[in-house]
Amino acid sequence: MAGFLKRYRMALILVLVNAVLILVAPEKGFKALSLETRPILDLMTFIPPIFILLGLLDVWVEREKLMPHMGPDSGFKGGALAFLMGSAAAGPLYIAFPIAGVLMKKGASLVNIFIFIGAWSTTKLPMLLFEASSIGLKFTLIRLAVNSVGILVIARILDKTTPESRKETIYAAARE
Amino acid sequence: MFTLILYIAAGIGLALSYRKNKKKTRMALKKAWKSFENILPQFLCIIILTGISLAYLDEAAISRLLGDESGILGMGIAAVVGSIAFTPAFVAYPLAASLLAAGAGYMQITLFITALMMVGIITLPMETEYFGRDIALRRTGLALGHSIVCALIMGGLM
Repeated sequence: MAGFLKRYRMALILVLVNAVLILVAPEKGFKALSLETRPILDLMTFIPPIFILLGLLDVWVEREKLMPHMGPDSGFKGGALAFLMGSAAAGPLYIAFPIAGVLMKKGASLVNIFIFIGAWSTTKLPMLLFEASSIGLKFTLIRLAVNSVGILVIARILDKTTPESRKETIYAAARE
Repeated sequence: MFTLILYIAAGIGLALSYRKNKKKTRMALKKAWKSFENILPQFLCIIILTGISLAYLDEAAISRLLGDESGILGMGIAAVVGSIAFTPAFVAYPLAASLLAAGAGYMQITLFITALMMVGIITLPMETEYFGRDIALRRTGLALGHSIVCALIMGGLM
C-alpha cells in the first residue's frame, strides 16, 4: 500500500488538483475532466494490445535477431527501418517511449532509437495528410523535408554527445 | 479501426505463441503487464496534466497568444506554448490554418506546430524514465533548436 501511494503520489495529487478545480472553477474543471476521458479510454482500449505485442516481441525476438537490423552496425538500413517504423505508427508520443525501451533492450542503437522517436513525433503519414489538407501541401512538404534532416541530425548529435559509459547505463536499465 | 487491427495482431500473436510455448507466452503476458503497470503512473500524470492545461490553453487562448504577436516576441510565445501544450494534431492543424488565415506569421505558426510535435515538457518525466535526465533534456533542447531553424526556413520560403 505504501509502495502504491509512493508510485502514484503525483497522479493522486493531480487528481486532487482537478477535483479542487471543479470546486473553484467548475467550467475549467469539468472541461479538463472531459478532455481526460478520451485518453483514459485509449489507455484501457488501444494501449493494452500494444503492450501485449511488446511482451511477445520481448520474449520471442532475440537480441541477435534484431541487432543486425537496428543495432550499431546496421548503418543506413537500420536508420531507414527506424524512420519507417516511427512514420507508420499512430498514437501519441508517450507510447513511443515504452516501445523505444523494448527496442533498446533488444540492442537497437541509440541513433536508431532517436530516429524512431523523431519520426514518431513528426513524420507520421496520417498526420502529414491531415497537415496538407488543413494548411497546404507546400507548407507540409517544406516541414517534412526540414524535419527529416533535423531528425537525423538530432539523433546523430545525441548519439555523439553521449559517452559510451552513459550508454551502457541506460541500456542496462532498459534490460532490467 | 486501428484498435481492432491491434487486437487482431495481439490475438494472433498470443495464439501462435501459446501453441509454440505456453511458458514463454505466460512470460510475455507477465512482461506486458509489468511494463504497463510500470509506466501507468506516468501515463495518468500526462493525461491529467494535459486535460488541465488544455482546459486553459484551449483554441481561443492559443489564438489570443499567437494571433497578433509577430517578430521575436511572437516567436518566443510560439516556442513556449508549443513546448508546453499537448494538443492533438486534429486540433492543432485546423487551428494553425485559421490563425494563418487571420494574419499570423508563417514563422510563428511553424515554430508552434514543430515544437508542439517534437518538444514535450509534460512528457519529459516519462522520457527521463527511459533515457535519463541528461539525454532527455538534451533531446528537448535540440528539438527546440530544430523547431526554430525549421521556422526560419519556412519564413524564408513561404
